[in-house]
Amino acid sequence: MPQILVRDLRKTYRISERDPGVLGALRGLVQRRYRTVSALQGVSFSLERGELLGFIGPNGAGKSTTIKILSGILRPDAGHVEVDGLTPFDDRIKHVARIGVVFGQRTQLWWDLPVNDGFDLLRNIYRVDPVRYRRTHDELVALLRLERLLDQPVRQLSLGQRMRAELAAALLHEPSILFLDEPTIGLDAPSKLAVRDFVKRLNRERGVTVLLTTHDMQDIEALAERVIVIGHGRVLADSTFETLRATVLSDSDTEEPTIEHVISRFYDLHGAIEA
Amino acid sequence: MHALAPYRAAFASRFLLVMQYRSAALAGFVTQCWWGGLKVMILAAFYGASAAPAPITLTQAITYTWLSQGLLTLLPWMSDPEVSAAVRTGGVTYDRLRPVDAYAFWFVRSAGWTAARVIPRAALMLSFAGVVLPLLGLSEWGWQPPADLIAMLGFAASMLLALLLSTAMMMLINIITLATLTDRGAIAMTVPLVITLSGNLLPLALFPDWLQTALLMQPFSGVLDIPVRIYMGNLVGAGVLLGLGLQLFWTVAVIALGRFTMSRALRRLEVQGG
Repeated sequence: MPQILVRDLRKTYRISERDPGVLGALRGLVQRRYRTVSALQGVSFSLERGELLGFIGPNGAGKSTTIKILSGILRPDAGHVEVDGLTPFDDRIKHVARIGVVFGQRTQLWWDLPVNDGFDLLRNIYRVDPVRYRRTHDELVALLRLERLLDQPVRQLSLGQRMRAELAAALLHEPSILFLDEPTIGLDAPSKLAVRDFVKRLNRERGVTVLLTTHDMQDIEALAERVIVIGHGRVLADSTFETLRATVLSDSDTEEPTIEHVISRFYDLHGAIEA
Repeated sequence: MHALAPYRAAFASRFLLVMQYRSAALAGFVTQCWWGGLKVMILAAFYGASAAPAPITLTQAITYTWLSQGLLTLLPWMSDPEVSAAVRTGGVTYDRLRPVDAYAFWFVRSAGWTAARVIPRAALMLSFAGVVLPLLGLSEWGWQPPADLIAMLGFAASMLLALLLSTAMMMLINIITLATLTDRGAIAMTVPLVITLSGNLLPLALFPDWLQTALLMQPFSGVLDIPVRIYMGNLVGAGVLLGLGLQLFWTVAVIALGRFTMSRALRRLEVQGG
């Protein structure tokens, strides 16, 4: 029985549009124009407990939408989602207590609170037993080298420091699944390495199931045993990275293409680049 | 108590954080003193010029004014800035990831924000209008003590209900902000409504007689006018119970409306960009 089961997931957004300029603005006063965009048009996959899956695809492909549906934030228009036997949106409260989520582009810690006050607040919000919390907290602080950051307000952390604190914040309640949406975006090289190393250990040593999206191909190379390529709201490939590489290699290649080349060629092959 | 731990912690954390803003409290207090002084002088001029018997005495009207100035930040005329910021930046997505009731989670945080702003300002106002003015020999222009012990106790209960009612109303503005992505429209409509109907502009007792019943029954009297009437001994005996009952009724009704509209707004939530 897979831990995460996704079948034929669909989601559309309504986008409001208007012509540029004064005329367009005036016309917009009288007649609104909308266009429906399909973010997901039938995404299916499944994930076993303890797997580490990388989700890649061009901007606008539907990666983040999928993560937001899996974590219970958004409701899909159609399709079936099951995570640990629960339907994320319908059983939201029970579901979110068991998962950890980090969005690389947003912060979940309270901007004006010292890091540790934010952690304590999360302990209360997730109703974590104080003894277990102490242990998890100390382990995470040591693993992510947060000792010197605990008393600082979150707004005064650098991006790399903040991302390490965010990872700890997402794991204080010991979730069995971790969703990471672009966790290395904007980080410098040492911070990226620290994040990758931590995620890998978490997966190998604790058996935490990890699903991450990224545009950083080194993330994929370093972390993911399995890769799903998503484009135009569909799953274009679901395989190991090596298989993906083999499908785009051609005889004219004189040297080994970089991972960026492999992915770009694959996107080209499927006409998956964003309009 | 385990079940309530998240809400208690969220309230306490917000309360303690907002209490740190000392200069905001001080600046608010100074403005409210100045404005209160103006209102007291206008009331005195009206009472001096009118021969007709007034429904409340000038001394009562002055106490009403100081109380309403001290409790100004209790009025629900804007959204919780933390909620508006979360809507603007997409921080709402993280709120959806917490294993707590979405309405209650915002409610306690907004209540913490309001309480932390009201308490220091009200305390400063009481020390100015209730202690300093009498010491200067201006006690007739000051904030008078409550009518009696019953009035004091009734006032305390009524203030608690006023905080809950006010927060429930602020939640409606929060929810409008969530649905429309801005708080500007809601604020433009609520400010004049709340200022007038709560009694902040003018004690509701001074409005025309034929409006009195309607003014007492409408929900906004519960955030200021009812507690102050109980304090002054203007509502006594069964009147106190009626006042508290009205506050309770509106609190429950506004919370029910808020829960319903919030669950609808969250169903069609979209997270834009990234």
